[in-house]
Amino acid sequence: MIHSLFLINSSGDIFLEKHWKSVVSRSVCDYFFEAQERATEAENVPPVIPTPHHYLLSVYRHKIFFVAVIQTEVPPLFVIEFLHRVVDTFQDYFGVCSEPVIKDNVVVVYEVLEEMLDNGFPLATESNILKELIKPPTILRTVVNTITGSTNVGDQLPTGQLSVVPWRRTGVKYTNNEAYFDVIEEIDAIIDKSGSTITAEIQGVIDACVKLTGMPDLTLSFMNPRLLDDVSFHPCVRFKRWESERILSFIPPDGNFRLLSYHVSAQNLVAIPVYVKHNISFRDSSSHGRFEITVGPKQTMGKTIEGVTVTSQMPKGVLNMSLTPSQGTHTFDPVTKMLSWDVGKINPQKLPSLKGTMSLQAGASKPDENPTINLQFKIQQLAISGLKVNRLDMYGEKYKPFKGIKYMTKAGKFQVRT
Amino acid sequence: MTDSKYFTTTKKGEIFELKAELNSDKKEKKKEAVKKVIASMTVGKDVSALFPDVVNCMQTDNLELKKLVYLYLMNYAKSQPDMAIMAVNTFVKDCEDPNPLIRALAVRTMGCIRVDKITEYLCEPLRKCLKDEDPYVRKTAAVCVAKLHDINAQLVEDQGFLDTLKDLISDSNPMVVANAVAALSEIAESHPSSNLLDLNPQSINKLLTALNECTEWGQIFILDCLANYTPKDDREAQSICERVTPRLSHANSAVVLSAVKVLMKFMEMLSKDLDYYGTLLKKLAPPLVTLLSAEPELQYVALRNINLIVQKRPEILKHEMKVFFVKYNDPIYVKLEKLDIMIRLASQANIAQVLAELKEYATEVDVDFVRKAVRAIGRCAIKVEQSAERCVSTLLDLIQTKVNYVVQEAIVVIKDIFRKYPNKYESVIATLCENLDSLDEPEARAAMIWIVGEYAERIDNADELLESFLEGFHDESTQVQLQLLTAIVKLFLKKPTETQELVQQVLSLATQDSDNPDLRDRGYIYWRLLSTDPVAAKEVVLAEKPLISEETDLIEPTLLDELICYIGTLASVYHKPPSAFVEGGRGVVHKSLPPRTASSESAESPETAPTGAPPGEQPDVIPAQGDLLGDLLNLDLGPPVSGPPLATSSVQMGAVDLLGGGLDSLIGGTNFVAPPTAAVPANLGAPIGSGLSDLFDLTSGVGTLSGSYVAPKAVWLPAMKAKGLEISGTFTRQVGSISMDLQLTNKALQVMTDFAIQFNRNSFGLAPAAPLQVHAPLSPNQTVEISLPLSTVGSVMKMEPLNNLQVAVKNNIDVFYFSTLYPLHILFVEDGKMDRQMFLATWKDIPNENEAQFQIRDCPLNAEAASSKLQSSNIFTVAKRNVEGQDMLYQSLKLTNGIWVLAELRIQPGNPSCTLSLKCRAPEVSQHVYQAYETILKN
Repeated sequence: MIHSLFLINSSGDIFLEKHWKSVVSRSVCDYFFEAQERATEAENVPPVIPTPHHYLLSVYRHKIFFVAVIQTEVPPLFVIEFLHRVVDTFQDYFGVCSEPVIKDNVVVVYEVLEEMLDNGFPLATESNILKELIKPPTILRTVVNTITGSTNVGDQLPTGQLSVVPWRRTGVKYTNNEAYFDVIEEIDAIIDKSGSTITAEIQGVIDACVKLTGMPDLTLSFMNPRLLDDVSFHPCVRFKRWESERILSFIPPDGNFRLLSYHVSAQNLVAIPVYVKHNISFRDSSSHGRFEITVGPKQTMGKTIEGVTVTSQMPKGVLNMSLTPSQGTHTFDPVTKMLSWDVGKINPQKLPSLKGTMSLQAGASKPDENPTINLQFKIQQLAISGLKVNRLDMYGEKYKPFKGIKYMTKAGKFQVRT
Repeated sequence: MTDSKYFTTTKKGEIFELKAELNSDKKEKKKEAVKKVIASMTVGKDVSALFPDVVNCMQTDNLELKKLVYLYLMNYAKSQPDMAIMAVNTFVKDCEDPNPLIRALAVRTMGCIRVDKITEYLCEPLRKCLKDEDPYVRKTAAVCVAKLHDINAQLVEDQGFLDTLKDLISDSNPMVVANAVAALSEIAESHPSSNLLDLNPQSINKLLTALNECTEWGQIFILDCLANYTPKDDREAQSICERVTPRLSHANSAVVLSAVKVLMKFMEMLSKDLDYYGTLLKKLAPPLVTLLSAEPELQYVALRNINLIVQKRPEILKHEMKVFFVKYNDPIYVKLEKLDIMIRLASQANIAQVLAELKEYATEVDVDFVRKAVRAIGRCAIKVEQSAERCVSTLLDLIQTKVNYVVQEAIVVIKDIFRKYPNKYESVIATLCENLDSLDEPEARAAMIWIVGEYAERIDNADELLESFLEGFHDESTQVQLQLLTAIVKLFLKKPTETQELVQQVLSLATQDSDNPDLRDRGYIYWRLLSTDPVAAKEVVLAEKPLISEETDLIEPTLLDELICYIGTLASVYHKPPSAFVEGGRGVVHKSLPPRTASSESAESPETAPTGAPPGEQPDVIPAQGDLLGDLLNLDLGPPVSGPPLATSSVQMGAVDLLGGGLDSLIGGTNFVAPPTAAVPANLGAPIGSGLSDLFDLTSGVGTLSGSYVAPKAVWLPAMKAKGLEISGTFTRQVGSISMDLQLTNKALQVMTDFAIQFNRNSFGLAPAAPLQVHAPLSPNQTVEISLPLSTVGSVMKMEPLNNLQVAVKNNIDVFYFSTLYPLHILFVEDGKMDRQMFLATWKDIPNENEAQFQIRDCPLNAEAASSKLQSSNIFTVAKRNVEGQDMLYQSLKLTNGIWVLAELRIQPGNPSCTLSLKCRAPEVSQHVYQAYETILKN
């Protein structure tokens, strides 16, 4: 099971350690530092590192390495999932997860970690339950605590933990009863030079914010449930009902949670909402190259594409770029060779473009690699897979809740090769 | 107002200040002080000096303060064990608190204080908490048993906590079940042989029910535990699979992968014609694909496992090639793994796409990745013949880029392509030769030299090219030197006239100026060959080479099967069996995929069904090194001598040694026949008069000489431990002779011959009575069944456990060692029936402390059935009587070395368990006799 946890910042300082069994000396992290040195970038540090007596499993998020130490055969996914859960919990508690914030709340952090794991076994990892045990700090509470001497620690049994619906606390009360669902889809795609799709898939999630009194029992049905053949559910969803009727039936947790995530695979036809026209040319024995890209809408179902940003890692040989955008702003960092162009909205009548020249290292041969263009965008009120919620019903409670459904499509890892 | 204020310190006398604050009367100040102490502790400052002051704060109603003090205690109790005792009272009190949260917290914290002295005080509260009415406390206590076991294993066993823990598996609350399983799994890991998680269909059912309701983490523990179970037939396997499949839709990737493990393993038992088999295959693909959209760290572990899965069952993901396409900002460790899987999935259908991708990757920035991509193109050419031409032209395109490492990598793989498709693509040699100067890596240089030597007759200036390498011969790496030597010899054999000087030069460089023995020896061999018989030299050096295999770096099938059982573990990440790297080398039990069994078959002949032998009975493979090796090596591995007459005396001596004088008294047994009334076993009760007639009223009609019970064959020596030789076997006793039935399977790729077998000295002098007769050589994938007669006149040495038998098997490849446990009933002799008088007398005479009592559970036989069953295994019923509705059987048996064992078997009609009391002058055997009883009665 999980022995210890070390938090390490990007400059290689261990700024927090927690041991659930006997104390493991922090010198064990030296092996991690070695691996970190070998990897050129923080993202490339391998997640499993063997040492003579331990294994180090790490995740890298928010510029912090969360390094777990294990000694015996433990499923590594179990450890990594848990580490991600720790990060999510910190974010949930403190709004952001960063070194200063963790240091500011070190006692709460310690208490939370203690509740999450007992002797290496996960104990309470549902944020609903954790918040009942240890209240997240708020400015108001800190002030009140200092005046009245009360504490962050709840003194009751985490009731939810033992009921048949461990994810929901009891005695929930709201004056305004509301349930919001966001259907968010991300497109991961690789587009080749000529503009044809090599692979495209959709990662979708339905995030919910449910604030309903009592013990509501909800059902959610879809117009086209056949799209969902690869799904992962929140534990609250009744799997049998889904298998037989393709209806999501569940007693929701209180507050924010991810109801469902799904995956529309590369085998289905995925609509690609944007295209990029590009002309990037380096000439041999010339110190200049031409650069031109244009972004335009493709299959958008009549919706506007917003929040478009284009980034590209230019080859090392590029010294500088002098470009003019037709709209938006652009920057080029001559050190990291990163070009980024904040485009904004795409107006189909006047397509945004970025044109200009690149200055190359004189005398050097032309770069071997072509830059890949990364695209970010958002489309409101559209789920690109075509998924649509049919209706939401509530049973078990008398009042009439306010219901809302929002759709959004975003770019995930959307890459255009040149 | 944040906690960072606790980090600001006034440099001088910080500890002193904190001490004062901790002892303050104001609650508020105390709490603040404890917070400061904790904050210092988290950043690694030593605040252990404050131990007594912090412990003083423990007696409080304030829950937060209590928790903080607990945190502190856990950290420092180890360094201050004497002070920690002070805290014990508060813990014990807290364990009785009306609030279950406090009870649980107390028992949890106590377990974390790793101080030996405290553990004694922990036992009582823990026992109470394990039976607490509140499931939250029970589940916390279950984990605490594992903690305690970690500190003091003996204590946990003595206090019976393990049994309590086993009972918790049937708890009504799923979380308690999950934690009990988790705790038992952890404890079992340090006791690989113990039978802690004894799974049977009932307990499996309970686990499957709990699986639906417990937390995600609990599901992982339960699934991992399920994976260790071997279903009795395909129907059971299918029903477990059906109940596990919903877990594939879980949001937690670890749950998904553990479920995949269970399914992959149990699928092995399902027939491929079954509709369900196809359905299951289809269901496995989507969750695996989904794992790839998770965070990169999770992707990495998933990919390492998918790599195993596509090797075992390529059909699952054959249509999912595209999800493994590399995104340019994937971390490098993900990229490399994806590439590996792409090649494994490459087939004629998708090769065009794959090649286009690989070409794209070869222009990326990351050098390691580019190299691997180039290499992958070569592997595709070798794997998919139709694509070879395209691959070669792609490689040539890449060589044109003149990027140094791309060129070198391309040349290395082109060499492999030449090996696979000789005389097909030699037209490219000219292009390769152009790049000779840019090669600076040994592997690429060696590859190029090989090509030049191999095709010397087609390259006009081959001698010039090779000569150019020769200049810096001593600065080259060994790999290049060896290659150069061979290439020049090849060249000489092909064009002898022009290259005589060159070959002289290289031979003298290799033999005279080099201090590398490999190089020197190879040089001498060539020299000798060339000087004595040039024709022979030509035949040797220019011999036709075997083609290289289709797919490179596949995992060996037996290892792959083992790794499939370890999906989701570290072993699967490293593609090595856990025994190869798990810390401490604790005897890891080898797992293997279950054999396929159809239920109809097993209904007819139950003995062929896998028994799911408890781990205790699984044979240990003797490690290659060990002190017993010396013993075995001293034995001659030739055919054993069959029982020389003088061996009898050694048996006697050995037996005396073993039994500590028990034998002598038994021999003189007649001397101490006591009056019958006094000789009645003490627990026969009052009615002696009528009891006696009962007792002596023997059931007749027994005494057929059919063979005793034969256990199904178990694998004794897995193929991966013995260079491809798999041995399974069992022991039989028939009409007075013992034999060892062996099944030898050749899982290697070469023929095996020259088999011989030898035993180490053992407790009962078992030895082969004839040499091991394997008449024909054993060809690959062939199996042979042999029955080896055994005698009991070999040398005697007491083994631990008593029935341990260490065996050495030799073949033309190597000598292999393994050990196995033989069932004791093969040693029960046919004349083991004792006279009644004698029985009574002996029973009386053997001291009571030699009596051992055992429970045989789940054995719903009546007295007659049991008696006749035992009879066929040479356990004889001397007398039978009925006391208060219970059937009592008095039985006797004799071992080959003359030890008598007397037994009383109490059977209660309607109660499936019966009680066995054994009396014997050598109490060491009782345990094994009991095991023999159990196996005989249950089969």
